[in-house]
Amino acid sequence: MLLPTDTRLGELWPDIWQATGETLLMVALTMLIGGTLGLLLALGLYLTRKGGLYENAVISVVLNVLVNFFRPIPFIIFIAAVQPAARLVVGTGIGMPAVVFSLILAAMFGIARIIEQNLVTVPPGVIEAARAMGASRARIAATVVLPEALAPIILGYTFAFVAVVDMSAVAGLIAGGGLGSFAQTFGYRQYDPTVTWVCVLILVALVQVIQLLGNTLSARILRR
Amino acid sequence: MTHPATVAEPLVRLRNLTKTYPAAKGRNEVPAVADVDLDIAAGDVQAIVGYSGAGKSTLVRLLNGLEPATSGSIQIGGTELVGLHERQLRRIRLGIGMIFQQFNLFESRTVWGNLAYPLQIAGVAKAEQQRRISELLHFVGLPDKAHTYPRNLSGGQKQRVGIARALTTNPSLLLADEATSALDPETTHEVLRLLKRVNEEFGTTIVAITHEMEVVRELADHVAVMENGRIVESGAVYDVFSAPRQPVTRRFVGTVVDDEPAPDALAALRSRHPGRFVKLELREGGPRQADLFAVLLERGVAFELVFGGIEEIQGATFGNLTLALDGPATSVDEAVRELSALVPAKEL
Ligand SMILES: Nc1ncnc2c1ncn2[C@@H]1O[C@H](COP(=O)(O)OP(=O)(O)OP(=O)(O)O)[C@@H](O)[C@H]1O
Ligand SMILES: [Mg+2]
Repeated sequence: MLLPTDTRLGELWPDIWQATGETLLMVALTMLIGGTLGLLLALGLYLTRKGGLYENAVISVVLNVLVNFFRPIPFIIFIAAVQPAARLVVGTGIGMPAVVFSLILAAMFGIARIIEQNLVTVPPGVIEAARAMGASRARIAATVVLPEALAPIILGYTFAFVAVVDMSAVAGLIAGGGLGSFAQTFGYRQYDPTVTWVCVLILVALVQVIQLLGNTLSARILRR
Repeated sequence: MTHPATVAEPLVRLRNLTKTYPAAKGRNEVPAVADVDLDIAAGDVQAIVGYSGAGKSTLVRLLNGLEPATSGSIQIGGTELVGLHERQLRRIRLGIGMIFQQFNLFESRTVWGNLAYPLQIAGVAKAEQQRRISELLHFVGLPDKAHTYPRNLSGGQKQRVGIARALTTNPSLLLADEATSALDPETTHEVLRLLKRVNEEFGTTIVAITHEMEVVRELADHVAVMENGRIVESGAVYDVFSAPRQPVTRRFVGTVVDDEPAPDALAALRSRHPGRFVKLELREGGPRQADLFAVLLERGVAFELVFGGIEEIQGATFGNLTLALDGPATSVDEAVRELSALVPAKEL
């Protein structure tokens, strides 16, 4: 075996598992809260757009400008830019709470756009049919638009999930923990590529599992 | 039915109905529906035909308030729709079914779920929902498809589900926007028969939009022809078919009933058939074919049917026959004169 002998991997395993737990926690919190807020924002974008159920040019423009402003900012800069807001909301500008706060915000804007695009795929005729039956607009949004777009929405969330895992690796910048910062601290800076690669493999495994779950779920819904 | 035999109020009554969409930049505003007057009696099947862009879809979408009218009046069952709020319109829509060219079924719901949806909106009790749904699935001949998802159905089956779904709340009016245009001829025929049964067994008034005259002939009692947002001709199907007045109506009628051969077809026919060409119009209640042929036989004039045929519409027959007459010139002259006295005849 050609395994490097000058690695501290052996003694670092407990810390690696803890970092894995931190990553999972950050990603889960982000998807839960950011995912929900993103869905609401997506509905706002979708329903107020031209020809939408609640067509409203003013709200539509405001929401679009908001999303277009925040979405293109690279997360490594975003995390620094929203630090003052993090101090205000979660009481601190560093550590895991500040990271999760930044992740939620960034994920919200990203997810909003992705889910909006999924909602647009619902054929207008189906909405027209529900209107012709006397359904209210709110009812149509909840019982027609969302269920009809469910399969692509799940794929959209899967995509977002993987992106959030990626973004969470930047957490080390503000001492946020997780596998990304662990790999930087104990792998990269300590010249221990073995540790780096173990972290990478765990992240890859995580992403694979999520993608597989998303694909399976979405396909099952599509197949019916 | 226990209606008093007074003057029958039409179920649908349109007056000066106009719908104008905001003009595109740099274009003049052209109304999609312009000054339409139309009465539709309860229990009637009213067809509306017209070429693409004539305003047919806009007209039906005005009928259930999916599109607000610009001006004019829409009365359904005596209730004025123009000026009502969305909330009030929603109540009225519960009593109006609608079916579509692309079926517009909910792909995320089973056939059962599709039929249950309007009943849930109407707030119908669960047990009544079940009774109604299985009754309608039997009526459209799909009792075994209750738990199938729409994507696993054929086009004809999808439209049957669409029809069943539109009927769950027992509407008095059914709007059909090109309901058979996405179907092959055989399936079209089946769906039209089903709609005919809906009309006959439930007494549902049907407004059917189409660009296919076959649909009009098979299904409708009355037909209105639209062009540029206006109704340019309307009446009982037989009357409109047998005596179309407007050019657009003639073109539509010509798709199912031969009038006279077009100039190039006529030239081709002449090269193959000797003699003079005469077009005879046969109408219900007029002379029988046998009487006309007897005239020719008496004069010793040989004749051939070279174009046209006999059609049946709403149980009445009519047709346009183009005959090639051959024989001594004087005999043919006399025969043509005598035929002209019996039926409208035209020498080609
Ligand atoms: N939402 C809309 N905004 C602007 N113009 C519209 C709108 N809907 C329809 N129109 C215009 O109104 C006219 C009538 O359209 P409509 O869809 O009623 O025609 P149609 O007879 O149903 O045609 P088709 O046979 O193609 O379905 C067309 O000129 C169309 O471009
Ligand atoms: Mg149309």
